Amino acid sequence: MGELRAYVALGAAQIRSAASYRTSFLVELFGNVGATVFDVLTVLVLFRATPAVGGFTLREAVVIVGFSSAGFALADLLVGNVDRLKTYVRAGTLDAVLVRPLPALPQLLLMDLPIRKTLRVVFGFVVLGVAIAANDVDWTVSRVLLVLLTPLAAGVFFGSIFVLSASLAFWWVDSGEIGSAFTYGGRDFTSYPISVYDSWFRNLFAYALGFGFIAYHPALTLLGRDDPLGLPAWTGFLSPLAALGAATVAAVVWRSGIRHYRSTGS
Amino acid sequence: MDQRDASVPTISRLGPFRASVATFGALIGSGFRRYATYRQATLAGTFTNVVFGFLRCYVLLAVAAGAVGNTPAGYSSEQLATYVWVGQGLLSVIGIWGWTELADRIRTGDIAADLLRPIPPVTAYLAADLGRAGYGLLTRFGPPLLVGAIFFPLHVPSRWQTFPLFALSILLAVIICFGCKYLVNATAYWLQDARGPIMLWTLGSGVLGGLYFPLRLLPDEVVAVLWLCTPMPSLLQAPLDVIAERDGPVTQLGLVALQVVWAVAILALAGLVQRRAERRLVVQGG
Repeated sequence: MGELRAYVALGAAQIRSAASYRTSFLVELFGNVGATVFDVLTVLVLFRATPAVGGFTLREAVVIVGFSSAGFALADLLVGNVDRLKTYVRAGTLDAVLVRPLPALPQLLLMDLPIRKTLRVVFGFVVLGVAIAANDVDWTVSRVLLVLLTPLAAGVFFGSIFVLSASLAFWWVDSGEIGSAFTYGGRDFTSYPISVYDSWFRNLFAYALGFGFIAYHPALTLLGRDDPLGLPAWTGFLSPLAALGAATVAAVVWRSGIRHYRSTGS
Repeated sequence: MDQRDASVPTISRLGPFRASVATFGALIGSGFRRYATYRQATLAGTFTNVVFGFLRCYVLLAVAAGAVGNTPAGYSSEQLATYVWVGQGLLSVIGIWGWTELADRIRTGDIAADLLRPIPPVTAYLAADLGRAGYGLLTRFGPPLLVGAIFFPLHVPSRWQTFPLFALSILLAVIICFGCKYLVNATAYWLQDARGPIMLWTLGSGVLGGLYFPLRLLPDEVVAVLWLCTPMPSLLQAPLDVIAERDGPVTQLGLVALQVVWAVAILALAGLVQRRAERRLVVQGG
């Protein structure tokens, strides 16, 4: 109970601080939606030049974008700010977090809860909804389940990637932008049919790292399309498994990172 | 006895002109050294540029594969690959993202120290930014281009004047980009917290600068408005179109000429805004 009150207090402080610079907050709120809007616009612009990318029409491709941006926006809202960890490690501010009687990760997340990113989640799910409505989906119970589960699994998956790439700072303080290659890079990768990538690059991102299971394969299953790469239809249901795997790895790495942490002492 | 006016600030015994050149050069050097200390971050950033290079290149090539005549917006596959990989290399040379120093100094009140210095802030920060860009050119430009050349067929420029024009275009893009960043940061003089404008800039500069896709994929009218009414295409699209030789020699020259106009206009505007701001500045902090 006391723990919960502490978290609520941390969260409320964030809301108050956001409210004190109101103009900037509003600009940021809409600016954040803008980021996702531009991602979707990019896809639309590319399809102006061609009727199909990687064998997919715009209508089908938008379903992939929808899963990807709904999941990513969700993860970015809840855990995206963990990428500030490298700043905290460098400055030694993490000490203050570690001496408090609360787990470090939730504290870090609530220390800078980005309320400005809420509208982005709404937009992500709107894109997904519009995309699904634009396609003639043959609805079954399992497909309804697929639509409900995939964005959540994608959110957990991206969240784990955020935590994993932030954990790098425990071992390598100057890791700089390397995490973006997997967080934002992962979002970009999942926004397009994976058939556009060369096989080595596709195998690495889609199957070795698991990004293929959270948007591309679910979209195929939902649309009832055969995978041009030959994987069976039930691959589309693997997103919770991929999310669970990623979350487990992230938890293990985070814990060992916290144990590994040595304060800068400055 | 030296009859020089005591109010003319000099930091050396050279003449005033040579002294300011020497000062400007020293500031460029310090900007260069400042960024040269972050070697591991340079490595990490390069890795990220390369990953995004692959992502963007594959997608644009897939677009080209499906487009009429395989030349979306008039770019061949080789030109698109050049566009993507040179773009990834230039990203941290031009430095469109991440500079919030001026806004931070205004918010904390440190700007007071800048105003006491004998060099106008616009000039001093421009010199530091040129130093940063120089370091970026030496370390961040080559690796993505090399990776791109290994994995994809690139367009090799066929006209001799492409190379000097490209070099000039990069320099102008750095100056224009600096001016824009300065203006965005300077909103903190009025707003205190410039995070909002900085975010809008981060968003707009990537898309409208031509980083995510060549702007010519947009409708023609939109492209014309962007080129003539905003400095955005001059940031990345211009140098990339120059090196990819998307247009004939005359248009190629025209792109760089337009950059010159924007560079002069943006720097003048930055100077004007700075003077206006100094008249109403209340220094923060205590």
